[in-house]
Amino acid sequence: MKSDEGTRVVWDAGDISRALTRIAHQIIEANAGAEGLALLGIRTRGVPLARRLGTIISEASGVDVPVGELDITMYRDDLRRNPTRAVGRTQIPGRIDDRVVVLVDDVLNSGRTVVSSLEAIKDIGRPRAVRLAVLVDRGHRELPVQADHVGKDLPTSSDERVTVRLAEIDGEDAVTITRGLGA
Amino acid sequence: MHHLLSAADLSLGQATAILDVAEEMHDVQSRPIKKLPTLRGKTIINMFFEDSTRTRTSFEIAGKWMSADTINISAKGSSVSKGESMRDTMLTLDSMGVDCFVIRHPSSGAVAQASGWVRASVVNAGDGRHEHPTQALLDAYTMRRHFRATGDGEFAGKKIAIVGDLLHSRVVRSNVLLQRTLGGEVVLVGPPTLLPTGVETWGCPVTHDFDEVIGEADIVMMLRVQRERMSGGFFPTAREYAEGYGLTPERLARMKDAAAIFHPGPMNRGVEISSQAADAAASRVLDQVSAGVAVRMSVLYHLLGGEGEK
Repeated sequence: MKSDEGTRVVWDAGDISRALTRIAHQIIEANAGAEGLALLGIRTRGVPLARRLGTIISEASGVDVPVGELDITMYRDDLRRNPTRAVGRTQIPGRIDDRVVVLVDDVLNSGRTVVSSLEAIKDIGRPRAVRLAVLVDRGHRELPVQADHVGKDLPTSSDERVTVRLAEIDGEDAVTITRGLGA
Repeated sequence: MHHLLSAADLSLGQATAILDVAEEMHDVQSRPIKKLPTLRGKTIINMFFEDSTRTRTSFEIAGKWMSADTINISAKGSSVSKGESMRDTMLTLDSMGVDCFVIRHPSSGAVAQASGWVRASVVNAGDGRHEHPTQALLDAYTMRRHFRATGDGEFAGKKIAIVGDLLHSRVVRSNVLLQRTLGGEVVLVGPPTLLPTGVETWGCPVTHDFDEVIGEADIVMMLRVQRERMSGGFFPTAREYAEGYGLTPERLARMKDAAAIFHPGPMNRGVEISSQAADAAASRVLDQVSAGVAVRMSVLYHLLGGEGEK
């Protein structure tokens, strides 16, 4: 990314790592242990976040927590307003029936991605409960959606763009805000 | 992409995108709930002016699994049998606001012509002896899976023998055109009486000697001999055809270890393919059928999923 005038880094690798550790422990606590959990990362950047959370939870609890990936392209409500896009892989770790599924995404914004994800999950199985963990909540909800676990509340104006960069995809860990690009 | 009329219309990028999305759609096929909301509110009309079971059904299932409304119209029982022209029928349906026509027609070129009349997208589901692009795509999809299971997964360097009635087959031309883009090496095998005119301009080797090719092909694609051709003077008897161009148990034994048998169906056992070959471990025929729905879902998604360029 160009580090031009309008972009500022609000979180570095250390902040992200601490937030994920905190979220991981919150997930274990809310579930009273790691038994029966399954983590589903929403593509693209929810996937590495889900993997990192899975590793922390497994190390902290000794329970091997299944981690999967969810591609919601086919469920998007704005699909027909955009050119067709490539469909990514959906990989579900075994059956999610009667498990507690934790959806993981990088940024919570309008809430539309989350609702599409819930529709996708409904077609795959019937979890006992679905929770939502996000690294950044930037507000501007368009649907009644609330996260259970939030790394950082980041109040922004609607013409700012929040970007999460992750080492697995972007080569570094950072959360940045860019001004004047729109949401 | 607005229409899919010919396999030659597809760029390498588009063809690969269709095969890749088909992989994902194949997973949907094995789910307990086989439904995606992707094409909700879209209407697809299957217009089949020729008999078909697997193509029509797989298009219908593909549309339904993606939540489109699919409607079947056959020439029998529609106003076509009252004498209405195909053009008028299509204009009528187009005015109702349908989004896609899937057309099979006995005349070569009819589907391409029809695509110029309507606002909706048009998919060629087989026109005469000309083309059947979705069949070539599902063949390519099944080949790619086979190549991945047995080796590097690439089309380049693979030999694909297409054997039999090349003259009356629309599957051949679409496969030749698609492999020209994907990079597989097609060899055509057939009796001199069943070669299309101009086949020498297709850019692939043609031979009358099946035995010369059988030992080196990675894919052996057998074409159906249509019953009505058997009395047409193209070859003396079904038995003699099987001797020269059938996949007999002897030829089956000479195939490479990792080679696969393809057949677009329906099979004439004992004519172009022996029962031993049809039921052999190397046969991918049922995989082709299973791929048919996934590939057609992917094609419909690419035509109707987004606004795209219109």
